[in-house]
Amino acid sequence: MPVEPPVVSPASLTDAFAILREQPHRPVAGGTDLLVQLTGEIGPAPDRVIDLWRLDELRGVGVHGDAIELGALTTYTDIRRSPICREHLPALVEAAATIGATQIQNRGTIGGNVMNASPAGDTLPVLLALDAVLVVGGADGEREVAAAEFWPAYRRTAARPDELLLRVRVPLGAGREQRFRKVGTRRAQAISKVVVAAAWRGTDTWQDVRLALGSVAATPVRVREAEAALEGRPRTLGSVEAAVDALGAAINPIDDVRSTAAYRREAARRVVRRLLAESLEHA
Amino acid sequence: MTTNLTVNGAPVETEAPGMRRLIDLLREDLGLTGTKEGCGEGECGACTVLLDGAPVLSCLVPVCQVGGTDVRTVEGLTPVAPGGVTLGVLQQAFLETGGAQCGICTPGMLMAGEAFLASGLEPTDDAIREAIAGNLCRCTGYTKIIDAIRLASEREGVRRGAA
Repeated sequence: MPVEPPVVSPASLTDAFAILREQPHRPVAGGTDLLVQLTGEIGPAPDRVIDLWRLDELRGVGVHGDAIELGALTTYTDIRRSPICREHLPALVEAAATIGATQIQNRGTIGGNVMNASPAGDTLPVLLALDAVLVVGGADGEREVAAAEFWPAYRRTAARPDELLLRVRVPLGAGREQRFRKVGTRRAQAISKVVVAAAWRGTDTWQDVRLALGSVAATPVRVREAEAALEGRPRTLGSVEAAVDALGAAINPIDDVRSTAAYRREAARRVVRRLLAESLEHA
Repeated sequence: MTTNLTVNGAPVETEAPGMRRLIDLLREDLGLTGTKEGCGEGECGACTVLLDGAPVLSCLVPVCQVGGTDVRTVEGLTPVAPGGVTLGVLQQAFLETGGAQCGICTPGMLMAGEAFLASGLEPTDDAIREAIAGNLCRCTGYTKIIDAIRLASEREGVRRGAA
């Protein structure tokens, strides 16, 4: 039987902040990452757990000013069904649809994906590509961290142990194209070998280009060298090839149980080439 | 701490630790061994149950999150008729089409299929495949499982249409 660490289920965010100020606890939201750790087979099980599932303050998707805000407890199913997400965040909806299958999507949350901080987290490249801001909070108040600054090292986040992720804010970004691709062993129930999200504006030239990948480095990354190879250039196959070459030189994938560094590097190049080249045909 | 929930329509009160997995509550504490543990890590779907109607993996849900919910397991698919126990529409369809081989995935497939029937979606191959995408059958008997869900869906449709 798995271990059953003590758990506290606060009824409000204020209570949760007070508990975390007293003592560090491992948060559990939908449980799809944390429950697997109770066996102790993939590292030590948590000593103490704080259950966030009842904090309805952390639920819901809405438009606030010029941004969309998703509560940290928004599930992948919520994202797939949300008219706001479907209209403004199609890349995030696509990412949500590739995570596990229905059972995982009914429980797994965007906040859990962000805070689990896996380099293979499927929504994380989307958040990087869309210039998302992560709003964290604790007893001392709230603060905002850009997605590009949020995952400083392998499985680490910019949140302190006494802070929780509260919501994800994504600027509306009028006129911005967004794309998502994932390569796994199969279409459902697969952890990514390579995951790509891209965003840009412009029809004749590439503007405000963001190219973000997962599973190709110790953290989800924006590949700034490849972005620079596109920025301001004409939207042609020539600029796409330059970006693909810059990408291949910049990423640092590893060999592990799911794939090899060589496969990931080649797959990343091909996925990015195809994704960008297809956008030229549709322009 | 006391947790109150409903399992297959009956009220359950438990003192199980909050981080006990729902599957352990069902199998070990309540003796409902119809729900199977395949992988125990959210990959295989064998432990699928319905939580307030939505399919979830009972190996990944802690007891502290099921207070006040309505849990349905494979045992809850069987209508109790005056003459004894009968099979539900979906179970009957699995039996007729050969939708079970070794059987370990069957309870999870039935619960995923039950959620699909409740969704009211057209029983197209794509829709059924997506509904069971989180359930692995290592006998690879997917075709007959899909046939079973389609057959049950058609029969339910006839029943709904007649009502």
